Amino acid sequence: MISHFLKLEWKQYFRSAHWQKGIAIKVIMVFFALYFIVSFLAVGVGGYYLLKKEFPDQDPLQMVNAYLLYAFLGDLVVRYLMQKLPVMNIKPFLILPIKKSKLVHYVLGKSSFSAFNIFGLFFYVPFSIVLINEGYTTSGVLGWLFFIILLTQANNFLNFLINKNNKAFAIIASLLALFIGLQKFDVFDITVYGGQLFDAIYASPIYALLGVLLVVVLYNLNYKQLRNQVYLDEAVSQKVVEAKSADLSFANRLGDVAPFIKNDMRLIWRNKRTKTVFLMSFLFLFYGLIFFTQETYQKMPAMLMFASLFVTGGFTFNYGQFIPAWDSAHYKMLMSQGFRYRKFLESKWILMVVMTSILYFLSIPYLYFGLDIFLMITCGAIFNIGFNSLFLLFAGSFNRKRIDLNRSGFGNTQGTSATQFIVIIPLMLFPMLVFWLLNKFVGGNSGYIAVAAIGVLCLLLKNYAMNFIEKKYIKDKYVMINAFGKEA
Amino acid sequence: MITIDSVSKKYGKAEVLNVASLEIPTGQSFGLVGNNGAGKTTLFNILLDLIRPTTGAIINNDIQVNTSEAWKNFTGSFIDESFLIGYLTPEEYFDFIGELRGMNKADINTFLAQFDEFFNGEILGKKKYLRDLSKGNQKKAGIVASMMGNPQVVILDEPFANLDPTTQIRLKKIINTLTENREITVLISSHDLTHVTEVCERIVVLDKGQVVKDIETSEATLKELESYFAV
Repeated sequence: MISHFLKLEWKQYFRSAHWQKGIAIKVIMVFFALYFIVSFLAVGVGGYYLLKKEFPDQDPLQMVNAYLLYAFLGDLVVRYLMQKLPVMNIKPFLILPIKKSKLVHYVLGKSSFSAFNIFGLFFYVPFSIVLINEGYTTSGVLGWLFFIILLTQANNFLNFLINKNNKAFAIIASLLALFIGLQKFDVFDITVYGGQLFDAIYASPIYALLGVLLVVVLYNLNYKQLRNQVYLDEAVSQKVVEAKSADLSFANRLGDVAPFIKNDMRLIWRNKRTKTVFLMSFLFLFYGLIFFTQETYQKMPAMLMFASLFVTGGFTFNYGQFIPAWDSAHYKMLMSQGFRYRKFLESKWILMVVMTSILYFLSIPYLYFGLDIFLMITCGAIFNIGFNSLFLLFAGSFNRKRIDLNRSGFGNTQGTSATQFIVIIPLMLFPMLVFWLLNKFVGGNSGYIAVAAIGVLCLLLKNYAMNFIEKKYIKDKYVMINAFGKEA
Repeated sequence: MITIDSVSKKYGKAEVLNVASLEIPTGQSFGLVGNNGAGKTTLFNILLDLIRPTTGAIINNDIQVNTSEAWKNFTGSFIDESFLIGYLTPEEYFDFIGELRGMNKADINTFLAQFDEFFNGEILGKKKYLRDLSKGNQKKAGIVASMMGNPQVVILDEPFANLDPTTQIRLKKIINTLTENREITVLISSHDLTHVTEVCERIVVLDKGQVVKDIETSEATLKELESYFAV
């Protein structure tokens, strides 16, 4: 039976959307995965020596121990937000002759190996090896490591117990905030007690077995809770959110494009991935802080231009690059309705322009870094509105990958193809180059003026550009319908 | 009137559709039957200019569908769930389609009021997104949307599938009223021989992309179709 399940897991993994991708994306994803693993390993191996060097009079193990409690509380918060018990997987098995208890054990057992539990090991294991190497008692370190693995597992199962309960989350989050606050103001230092606990495990590793008890208890609680809920209307049910309709009639003033604008606003707000894109664009506002605050970049104006483009361009870049794939699921329907394609494109354009303007407005505090910086952001915004919005619409006509809106937003690369990488060149590198050339060889404000001028020029030529873009979309209509019809 | 003139579709060497000539007069209720892969949906997709025919052309009320888009204004259709916008509520979807078809809010409300019985209280005011509705209810929404804005041609692919018996009967009534005045042409494909024979005055059987039967519906039609498919 177990082997059956394992075989299915194997297939599920290798046939998942992750692997059905172009080679370029695979390479990039593997690269990122390796990057994270290597950085964790590096921290694990180097952490000991780093602490030793920075704080020569303290024991690195004790320092790590002191903060482990925070690590576990933080881990719980992250899990609460991101980790769900994959109960839906057992739906096809419910009608097969397999005992329900076995299915529940399978689901719970499987969760033990989730990435959330494995990731930390990349730090803890090398750290332990270094400890043993540095003369710590082997039994103590192994007991300590064992205890940590058990606590991770306990966190895993605790999360499933409290996951449906918002109160539990509020308690954990405020507990974490409280401890940090109390420590900050020297009222009460939890790290002392947390440290003592883990120090004690190292001193007498036999107590690590207490962790076993904890895991067993939590596992059993999970089992009991789940075993009675293996029904389609309980644990194994798809959640249906109640639809909330906001009044968007204010958009009606936009005339012909209003239906599309309203539709796009709903699209963005009601789907996870688009919502992530929308919220991320506000995070991009802070992108400038990284560059404007550092001395090194002050001598590299082209890099500052890069940051300036990002400050107001977050939405345009992230949303614009997947036009019209956002509508891929119902593209056929759109193509059988009687409207001018222009209206559809126009609505996307308006959306990008409005969002860029809002982000520009919000970027006013950058005046703090001086008029030069704000001028640069202004030029970036003009360029984003004039050139980038139109260019992304044009580039969108090369999109051939369907996007399933129901899938989650984070780290979802669906819809990504070579287009997304190539467009970076005109979007970012082109204005940077223009700015750099003029700034270096002509000087004065010529760089600013040139970048802004390109934006204004494009804005003036918008109608011509739109005609051209519309033609391109109509020409590629059948190819797009065909491509968007295919399962992603 | 819809004229299909030597339309064929090939994918590589495989020919999935080859219709020499077919004329569907205005106001006719036209049924298309055939087994899986017979080319029914392909024909409808070509009719809606969603795929290009390898040869030939379709003329929908004097407009060749792949050269002008004017036919879109008088043609309503529902092919499958991909015609719905999953993240909208049914009301918002009807508003969207209605606005595209030149209706205002009041028009849309009067239009939807006719379908109260058909909706059976399961579509409007349910606070659910279309993606969360059952297959049958999704279909109801799609079918009604295809009739918005006074279309002269209505194309429905498998409208009876997934509907409950009561709704099937109500749908038949709706289709009959549509063609009553002989102004609206209705094209339907179906796997259910009883339903098409009841609703359509003409039935065309496709097999491997070819027209194999073209029958004017009579008492004997159902028997004839049943014996044809009972291979």
